[in-house]
Amino acid sequence: MAEAAVDGAPMIRVRDVAFDYDDMHMRFDLAVASGSLLALIGPSGAGKSTLLNLVAGFERPSGGRIVLAGQDMAGVPPAQRPVTSLFQEHNLFAHLTVVQNVGLGRHPGLRLTRSDRREVAETLATLGLDGLDSRLPGQLSGGERQRVALARALIRQRPILLLDEPFAALGPAQRREMVALVDGLRRDRGLTVLLVSHQVDELRGLRDAEAAFVDAGRVAARGDLPGFLDGESLPALRRYLGTP
Amino acid sequence: MPGLSLLIVGLAPLAILIVSSFAGLLMAASDSAGRGLGDPYIWRITGFAAWQAFWSAVLSVGLAIPVARALARRPAFPGRTALIRALGVPMVIPTIVGVLGIVAVFGRSGWINDAIQLASPDSRLDIYGLTGILLAHIFFNLPLAIRMLLHGWAGIPTESWRLAGQLGMDGGQVFRTVEWPMIRRIAPGICGLVFLLCFTSFAVVLALGGGPSRATIEVAIYQALRLDFDLTRVAVLAGLQLAILAVAVGAWSALSRPVDVATPLRLAGERYDGTSRGARLADRAVIAGAFLGMALPLSAIVINGLQGPIVEVLASRSFYEAALRSLVIGPAAGGLSLLMALTIVLGARRIRQCAGHGRIAGLGEWLGAAALMMPPLAIGAGLFVLLRTVTDVFAVGLPVVVLVNAAFGVPFGVRLLAPAADRAGETYRNLVDSLGMRGWDRFRLVDWPILRRPAALALALVSALSLGDLGVIALFGSDTTRTLPLMLYETMGAYRMDRAAVIALALAAMALGLFFVMERLVGGRARG
Repeated sequence: MAEAAVDGAPMIRVRDVAFDYDDMHMRFDLAVASGSLLALIGPSGAGKSTLLNLVAGFERPSGGRIVLAGQDMAGVPPAQRPVTSLFQEHNLFAHLTVVQNVGLGRHPGLRLTRSDRREVAETLATLGLDGLDSRLPGQLSGGERQRVALARALIRQRPILLLDEPFAALGPAQRREMVALVDGLRRDRGLTVLLVSHQVDELRGLRDAEAAFVDAGRVAARGDLPGFLDGESLPALRRYLGTP
Repeated sequence: MPGLSLLIVGLAPLAILIVSSFAGLLMAASDSAGRGLGDPYIWRITGFAAWQAFWSAVLSVGLAIPVARALARRPAFPGRTALIRALGVPMVIPTIVGVLGIVAVFGRSGWINDAIQLASPDSRLDIYGLTGILLAHIFFNLPLAIRMLLHGWAGIPTESWRLAGQLGMDGGQVFRTVEWPMIRRIAPGICGLVFLLCFTSFAVVLALGGGPSRATIEVAIYQALRLDFDLTRVAVLAGLQLAILAVAVGAWSALSRPVDVATPLRLAGERYDGTSRGARLADRAVIAGAFLGMALPLSAIVINGLQGPIVEVLASRSFYEAALRSLVIGPAAGGLSLLMALTIVLGARRIRQCAGHGRIAGLGEWLGAAALMMPPLAIGAGLFVLLRTVTDVFAVGLPVVVLVNAAFGVPFGVRLLAPAADRAGETYRNLVDSLGMRGWDRFRLVDWPILRRPAALALALVSALSLGDLGVIALFGSDTTRTLPLMLYETMGAYRMDRAAVIALALAAMALGLFFVMERLVGGRARG
């Protein structure tokens, strides 16, 4: 399924996409190049998660176009989009084991071939989860649970990875570790990553990546990490970051 | 311990009822009571009661699953909210009225038989016996099961639907992976609830049983007391009923997982499965079928009632007196019940917060909620026997009916109020303490605004149910205490079906009217 983007064209293109939520009118315009990582920061309620939901197809825009990997996404259901998502919680089905939860990424009815099973095992091993195969999510730590969800995201082999604050419940050290893990996977596999983050500290270790500031339903500013977090001139961003 | 006195005051009426009923039953149980248990009749009806309750539960919940699933999968079709609200109608409509509606549709000369007669004149659907009992129990309990299951669906996190959508699960895979685990968790509890409600069913089985061996223990108690006046048998039956229920309720509360019925039925987000034409048609057919089954008896009540001798019935003195009695009993029982539930819930919360005696508080609330499973006729029979030694039972009949109905309403109140009261307590505890708000001020300014709507719902529900209840009144009923449901049952028993239809329509209108008036008056602004 992982199709390469047309040379030069961005992997994610959000063009003039409109979405109304209660009294808020959002309008997004955004391009993300193939193989890059864009972190979305901004106050809660600004529309970061909505932007991700629009890209994933969970929400329908009232106007504009979303083009992913060169294909217009209008009317394309979530399962057929070249994206895979990681949510903040409830990523795993509590009654299914680790192997079953990851296997769902290969076949939604869990009819797996021998090679599918081998690949599940290899992906689990890549993420340091070997030996946990038959555990239930309730028996795992918060960090382990999110790594299992990440394993399922990887096994789906979609070029775009959408992360909606998936590490918010983890401690600072583990959070940095997970962001580094995602960044490493991006480089190894050429993934394009959109990452919503509330803790800007976890982004300071990133190199060769960008951040965008989402405010009041718009992408208000954008720049390279980590410099974006320090030297920005936009007053709203300075207020949000608390920099003088 | 602060709060304990409140809890005790709230539970006291329940305790008095149970203790005096037991005293009455002990008085009635003569030496031959032990031999009474050897009577095969008693075991035959116990077996029948359990058998019909089992099938009522299995069929109600089994049919509710596809209906709830279809409703959950279509979160945004026009009229959906109205349909879900309409599920509450069979819960409020008086049992004996619903029975009349079912007879009008499925009975000997009902709509279905008229249709069958046209096709083949020899075949005929006989409603009396197990068929009729099951039909009536499904009519009353299917909507309840659908609503409880919908709460289960509402509790499934949005992420699960999105995940299923992104992974490309089809309808069957969504059912197995997302929906079935939820159903498996809550369905046994719902089955158990329906079983218990049907095991102690009275009016339905009394009217539709159609033979002495097709009875529940509740019906047998009524027959032993009012027809045979065999007090020993009354004591044996009531003792047996209480013993069976104690075991069954214990097993049920151990097995069932709580369903939070206080959360509104807002179904999260969009669904990404079931978009095919076939799935759409199937859901439509399931929803239409379920609501047709519910609407047929209800429309029969309206149509037959409007065709009956309206003026003659409404102008009669006996109707007017019975209606007046019912209109007093309903709100009186509802108000008393709400007071008891409020004291129990607030007392339990205070104990939990101030002293950390969670176990005592939980026990108090559990006792309040377990009253749902007290068998009304068994309790009523005990009171009857006790009271007739001190006074004229028919003279005190109406106050006793109010008290018993109020007690049976307490569980609704506790279940509706407890989650809101606990949330209010949790949220504002520190604020209230720091401002020094206590007692009446705290209740008036903090708790009541939050509890107002669940309280109004409990009050409206218990008032309407008590107004239409044909239960204990059957034991205490006489010319001077006849309520409207009892009058309806007697009119049906005398085969004056045209008059019965008018009374039924009037009774249904009164129950629904009382429900809406109470809910609006006390609950304030319209429910969203």
